[in-house]
Amino acid sequence: MSEASGEGLMFHPMDQFIVKPLFGAGPVHWYTPTNAMMWMMVSVLAIILLLVIGTRGRAVVPSRIQSVAELAYGFIHKMVEDVAGKDGLKFFPYIFTLFLFIVFSNFLGLLPKAFTPTAHIAVTAVLAMLVFLTVTIVGFVKNGAGFLGLFWVSSAPLALRPVLALIEVISYFVRPVSHSIRLAGNMMAGHAVIKVFAAFAPLILMSGIGIAVTPLSIVAITAMYGLEILVAFIQAYVFTILTCVYLKDALHPHH
Amino acid sequence: MEGDIVQMGAYIGAGLACMGMGGAAVGVGNVAGNFLSGALRNPSAAAGQTATLFIGIAFAEALGIFSFLVALLLMFAV
Repeated sequence: MSEASGEGLMFHPMDQFIVKPLFGAGPVHWYTPTNAMMWMMVSVLAIILLLVIGTRGRAVVPSRIQSVAELAYGFIHKMVEDVAGKDGLKFFPYIFTLFLFIVFSNFLGLLPKAFTPTAHIAVTAVLAMLVFLTVTIVGFVKNGAGFLGLFWVSSAPLALRPVLALIEVISYFVRPVSHSIRLAGNMMAGHAVIKVFAAFAPLILMSGIGIAVTPLSIVAITAMYGLEILVAFIQAYVFTILTCVYLKDALHPHH
Repeated sequence: MEGDIVQMGAYIGAGLACMGMGGAAVGVGNVAGNFLSGALRNPSAAAGQTATLFIGIAFAEALGIFSFLVALLLMFAV
């Protein structure tokens, strides 16, 4: 990252993504408690609280928190069953964990002053690489060499098949890249846009043009915030459903 | 002097990368618009296809995000 503060703005819109140590200002080692680590732990704690408190009562008529836990469970369960098929349900705990971690990180990152772990490619790349490795290993264990049938489009004319195989192989290996960058890029872009508008908001204290600019930027922040709430959920949903699609490819590799 | 030109090129390139945003907008709009026109013809089949809609939007949007990434790399990494 270049210098911390731009010339015109009071703060740089990308400053919010800097990983800082929680205590002091020393260098960041792998064991240093940082804000990224803290917010990931907060989202894990929130998930544990939701599921433990939510299922403690096991009431027939669910309380509010129990309904939320049940809704999330049922939503992902149905998605895995619909997209990956009945035999994909073995992977439901993994996919549900992924979904909850991403959705909680995204939503907690929307709190003012919060840090969004999923806006970092380092975090999402680990998630996406794990999905990629899981899917590849499951594909080979389940189907053996038949998994390579995924790349050999048997419905295409014979002359086209090698070309299609090449394209399929490339698109297979680009999956973890696009899978991780989609989530990180969406979160980063939205938060950066909010911060750009936030930098224009205090202009009324400095110059006359602020009378026009400040209300506009506050309205824009509000609107972008609403959009970001939507995006936070949709990106978690998209990440999860793409995991299911990849899993379906691994379990049933025939076109 | 040479560093200035490199810096200028990086900034111009970052600006040009924003054109990818338009491409992503066309792609996402195309997916959503076609979904809507199909859904209005046969509303009963629409509910089952929302997952496909989001997958299509995600694929179209990912390429726009790639151009954002290129802009970021030019601004901060080059």
